[in-house]
Amino acid sequence: MRPASPALLLAVLVLAGCGGRQSTLRTDTAPAGRIERLWWVMFAGSAVVCAVVFVLVLVAVLRARGTRAPSQEDGRGARGLMLFGGAVAPLVVLVALFVLILRSLPSTAQPRPGSASLRIDVVGHDWFWEIRYPDQHVTTANEIHIPAGETVEVHVSTGDVIHSLWVPGLNRKIDTIPAHDNRVLIDARSPGVFRGQCAEFCGLEHAKMGLLVFVDRPDEFRRWLAGQEKPAAGAGGRGVEAFDLYGCSGCHTIRGTAARGRIGPDLTHLASRTTLAAASIPNRRGYLAGWILDPQHVKPGNRMPGSDVNGPDLQVLLDYLGSLR
Amino acid sequence: MSVAVDVLRKLEETWEPPAPARHFFTTVDHKVIGKRYLVTSFVFFVLAGLEAVAMRTQLIEPENSFVGPSTYNQLFTMHGVTMIFLFVTPMLSGFGNYVVPLMIGARDMAFPRLNAFSYWVYVLSGIYIYSSFLFAIAPNCGWFCYAPLSEKLATPDRNVDFYSLGLMFLTISTTVGAVNFIVTIFKLRAPGMSLNRLPLFCWAQLATQLSAIFALPALTVANLFQELDRKFDFRFFQPAHGGDTVLYQHLFWIFGHPDVYIIFLPAVGIVSTVIPTFSQRPIVGYTWMALATMATAFVGFGVWVHHMFATGLPQITMAFFSAASLLITIPSGVQIFGWCATAVTGRPILRTPMLFVLGFVVVFVIGGVTGVMFAAIPFDQQVTDSYFVVAHFHYVLFGGAVMPIFAGLYYWFPKLTGRMYNELLGQISFWLIFVGLNMTFFPMHIAGLLGMPRRVYTYLPGLGWDVYNLLSSIGAYVLAAGVAVVAVNLIVSRRSGVAAGDNPFNANTLEWTTSSPPPHYNFAVLPTVRSANPAWDRLDRAEDGARLERGELVLVDGHQALATTVNEAEGDRVLEMPSESPWPLALAFAIGLVFTAVLVDHYATAAILGLLVLASLVGWHVQKPWHHERA
Repeated sequence: MRPASPALLLAVLVLAGCGGRQSTLRTDTAPAGRIERLWWVMFAGSAVVCAVVFVLVLVAVLRARGTRAPSQEDGRGARGLMLFGGAVAPLVVLVALFVLILRSLPSTAQPRPGSASLRIDVVGHDWFWEIRYPDQHVTTANEIHIPAGETVEVHVSTGDVIHSLWVPGLNRKIDTIPAHDNRVLIDARSPGVFRGQCAEFCGLEHAKMGLLVFVDRPDEFRRWLAGQEKPAAGAGGRGVEAFDLYGCSGCHTIRGTAARGRIGPDLTHLASRTTLAAASIPNRRGYLAGWILDPQHVKPGNRMPGSDVNGPDLQVLLDYLGSLR
Repeated sequence: MSVAVDVLRKLEETWEPPAPARHFFTTVDHKVIGKRYLVTSFVFFVLAGLEAVAMRTQLIEPENSFVGPSTYNQLFTMHGVTMIFLFVTPMLSGFGNYVVPLMIGARDMAFPRLNAFSYWVYVLSGIYIYSSFLFAIAPNCGWFCYAPLSEKLATPDRNVDFYSLGLMFLTISTTVGAVNFIVTIFKLRAPGMSLNRLPLFCWAQLATQLSAIFALPALTVANLFQELDRKFDFRFFQPAHGGDTVLYQHLFWIFGHPDVYIIFLPAVGIVSTVIPTFSQRPIVGYTWMALATMATAFVGFGVWVHHMFATGLPQITMAFFSAASLLITIPSGVQIFGWCATAVTGRPILRTPMLFVLGFVVVFVIGGVTGVMFAAIPFDQQVTDSYFVVAHFHYVLFGGAVMPIFAGLYYWFPKLTGRMYNELLGQISFWLIFVGLNMTFFPMHIAGLLGMPRRVYTYLPGLGWDVYNLLSSIGAYVLAAGVAVVAVNLIVSRRSGVAAGDNPFNANTLEWTTSSPPPHYNFAVLPTVRSANPAWDRLDRAEDGARLERGELVLVDGHQALATTVNEAEGDRVLEMPSESPWPLALAFAIGLVFTAVLVDHYATAAILGLLVLASLVGWHVQKPWHHERA
């Protein structure tokens, strides 16, 4: 028997720096850290269990070469091995594990509503995240900003089917169930960027339903939030007209203008975001142009139709959207 | 001497099938039906495997464009549906069908026509579900097809209807099959095979089929509600109208988790059969092993909520189901150590079936320890719906069910065909599959821990997932090569393998005491059993031979089988068994037509076709159990 050794592969994993920003093994909050520790404890225990059984299998394989006649009775040794190895020892281990589970349970529990000063509502849609700061009347999409060192209460809900908000570095995942108010607490300690993704299959573009969480220094965060509270500044004029002319305003809202669509993401401060199409492509002029002309190429099946914007109008539109800081 | 010759001639006359052209549609022989199950489900296994290879090809690198999202979603849904409903369960039913009556010394299943019906419904429902590919609207909502994604608003095409109606159709087959197995095991055992001498394979079948009877109604209700919502706007799962989507999840998983054991337990039965044979000793702790099997089936009904820990349920609920999910480890632990103890105190013979079984132990332990982790609620909430889960359940299902299935295919191949498989090719196929499956599924643990969610048709570079996906994809090709070697080995050996003899592995159960392949009537003399390892009791078998000379326990006055008492297996009465009948196929076909009419919303047509169902039932009912015809 040469089983793929978990320890070896995990050693490789550790050397590789535990992967990217979406890892469950590179966390920055109390709950996610607690889960990470739980994992390593269970991993160690599992490695021991596997090793014991692998050794038994190895002994059986070696016994194949021996000449000893097979025993025809259940000796005390054989039955003892079965009952001690299969029932007594596991029972002790599992009781200990259950205690550990019960003790770690509060860390990921749903908070009571109103248990943190800052509330964020995350609404899953096919296929993007609507982000609201209800007390500040701010709406944005796919990128959440939170202050480092403070606790944030996140309420999740859905505009259509079940999604699941999962930012592994910050906390457990939580499903968005229609007509249920589900909540998690996030208490990020230090500034950084975390990536997350929808974790419950929600249809065609489930794979491209990412989001980013920016943990900002508190003063930076307040500045960002103040900026988001304002209506769109922008160049206005021809850009606003083009936005209306090509039907964009039917689906998108830009606060401070006549665009009040509710189907697609709020674009009031689009230029303050770093990504497009639910964290699928960078928010740069070239990508934005490609997205406007042929969104079905980037994300087939998403709700945004392609458009036949002519060259000059496209430049106007890109200038305008680029000005929405 | 002349008595024996006379008995054999009479049995041959009574049980000989009619001309093949008719026999094909009317047979009720459990051996023929068992082989059909095995072959048909292997075909579905190949289809689902090809779907998996297509998916792994798409995921071999980030942002690949081998298939698009629409195709990919159909592929992963059909991969799951096929593997679970159309491959593993029917494949294990196939083993059960072929082996159980032989193992308990019976002449057929308790309800042979029902058995044929069960097969026809299975194959027709498989065709029904797969026909959706012709219209490019195969089910695309995942194998558990959650509401409200399954509602008409989110999935207007008929993808979901193929799923729910197809499964309702298939469930008829599984349910009647379960009844048949339970009655067969309880009532048709050879005289003397009291319950405490029942082979562990049969215990496993019994536990499985009892689970199926209680689990399947929940699935049918879930599917029915889904269809009522979709076709008649009943709103069971529409929160805007007072429905609740979590209800669907409960219904589905009340079925879904026991179903894991419905898949896994018969495979465990194969392991408990192969290990004693190739260790050349009885299983260690027979009673504990049988109890562990039943306990797993029972506790399996109390763990379903661990599939729903991320839905926001109350803590106390989750704690209860966490404890139950930990508890269910114990019976599996007892079995693993029981198998190890048997192998270690015996003298293992490392032939292909034993290699697959030892490989199973290794792989299943890894799947088992990660399974325990899902009882740890916060950890579950972190990794559920990630590739860590995909890794875990493939270790459990590929390791825990498919490896034993391969062991079983090699193990009973000589009995089914009378010929030996090729040992060298067998060992090659084991190593390809063992290496391939670890290479495919182990890296998925790491991808999941690194945050990769499941059911994604593509992923971005730079998240640390690329290399693990590449490894998985290469592993999938190795695995596919291994399966191809199995197929080639079995197909070629069927014609050209060396003659096997009655009991080539010196196994301990009754199926090995009759010829390979067995005669139509299985046993000329119904064997009398005095231990749990009847094939090793040479004196008892010699006694059976002597009975043949005396014409005792031969039941030659018609198409007969012996019913025995449930507990002690004492002779109860002689049963007149049905033989050839066209009605099982007719009934299955009529039900299929009704489901097709419902699929396309022709309800009046469905009602008229319902009369065909009724007519088939009447025909079935009035046909005499046995009428002896000569071609």
